[in-house]
Amino acid sequence: MNEILWISLEALIKAIIILSLLLLSAAISVYLERKLSAWIQLRIGPNRVGPFGLLQPIVDVVKLIMKEDIVPNGANKFLHGLAPVISLAVAIMVWAVIPVADPIKIGDHIIQMGISPNADIGILFILAMTSVGVYGIALAGWSSNNKYSLLGGLRSSAQMISYELSMGLAILSIILISGSFSLSDIVNQQFSHWGGFRWNIFIQPLGFLIFLTTAFAETNRAPFDLPEAEQELVSGYNTEYSGMRFGMFFLAEYANMATSSAIITLLYLGGWTLPFAPSAIGLEQGTWILGLVQFVIFAIKIYLLVMFFIWVRWTVPRFRYDQLMRLGWKVLLPLALLNLILTSFGVLFINH
Amino acid sequence: MLELYLPIIVMVVLGVVVALVFLALSMWLGSRRATPLKTTTYESGVEPVKTARERFSVKFYMVAVSFIVFDIEVVFLYPWAIQAGTLGIIPFIAMIVFIIILFAGYYYELKKGGFEWD
Repeated sequence: MNEILWISLEALIKAIIILSLLLLSAAISVYLERKLSAWIQLRIGPNRVGPFGLLQPIVDVVKLIMKEDIVPNGANKFLHGLAPVISLAVAIMVWAVIPVADPIKIGDHIIQMGISPNADIGILFILAMTSVGVYGIALAGWSSNNKYSLLGGLRSSAQMISYELSMGLAILSIILISGSFSLSDIVNQQFSHWGGFRWNIFIQPLGFLIFLTTAFAETNRAPFDLPEAEQELVSGYNTEYSGMRFGMFFLAEYANMATSSAIITLLYLGGWTLPFAPSAIGLEQGTWILGLVQFVIFAIKIYLLVMFFIWVRWTVPRFRYDQLMRLGWKVLLPLALLNLILTSFGVLFINH
Repeated sequence: MLELYLPIIVMVVLGVVVALVFLALSMWLGSRRATPLKTTTYESGVEPVKTARERFSVKFYMVAVSFIVFDIEVVFLYPWAIQAGTLGIIPFIAMIVFIIILFAGYYYELKKGGFEWD
């Protein structure tokens, strides 16, 4: 009984830290998006609130909380409130299995850097949660009693489930190589002592491209932002949302972007590993300094990817819906299957 | 066992609680001045015609059905993938046959036009 309490307490502390980091990173992503898009379009961007406009996202959230939640006529009130809750909750839950650094040792106690990074369901949990995320969007579209919302929600769910297949197959190839669902195992496998890179991106270049494309589609970002194609659907599934309910979808979208970047980093870009053995620069395995260095490396990789997401959004035009479906079903799915077969032959060849 | 799964449950509960807190905050702090005009659904400025709970294109159902078929077949691959390094040659051949059957199903649906959007 006592043990359960201690484990829950430790998990709760870590969960609150990770949650604050996640919400902070969502705020930073919003700021980055506005600033980078402004620079790309030769504008200045937010610069009034705080130094360089850095406090803009926080002010935005406060404003959204103070606004009125309008529930349209004929909407299903319960589902209309439930949908943003699902979206945001799922975006947060995914972090339960994402590690941010190697475990550190304080005294005799080994602290895992992550809420449950060694859980043997790691990737399965992430896949399950992204599937649940579809419910939030489909329910938002249906419950609003608005034609634009309904179409946006349908488009979005069809798109997300189509690309989920290729994503699952790309992840399958990684699992074939690593033989584990746990994300820390997958990262440790990409670490090599002799100074070279054993990142999965070099072993799985095709899988990386497939995963990157599906990550864009899963987060509903350009060039796959069909659900919110303004010219056709006003704002898609969140047309009838205002106030913080809209804010929750907004937060979830940016949190998902950070999460996707984190997963890409963990699966393909070596996670938090240094390109050489930590002892080469005098860092012992298990010290908190090494943990901090690894966390910073991980965060830098995530933010470079987030900036890539933003850069693509403001550079590449949007797909047409039939093109999107053709890419998902006729190009990515067979490619992912092919990649899986090639990988399994490779694994068999190395092991026997 | 416990230390692996209990933290996940804690995070799941925390995620739901945080989302509900945001919802409650906006209900508590947000203003409430709904007028009949404000609560009409948005339809580009004109009065809404009928309800939105209409029938919609069958193509979305097609996508859902294809997804279920292929997703279940992909799920079957996971237990094999995690053990593939230790299992040896016979399970490998079995799985290659399975993937070929999967691909045959895919090819059939492709030729039947199941993936056409127009």
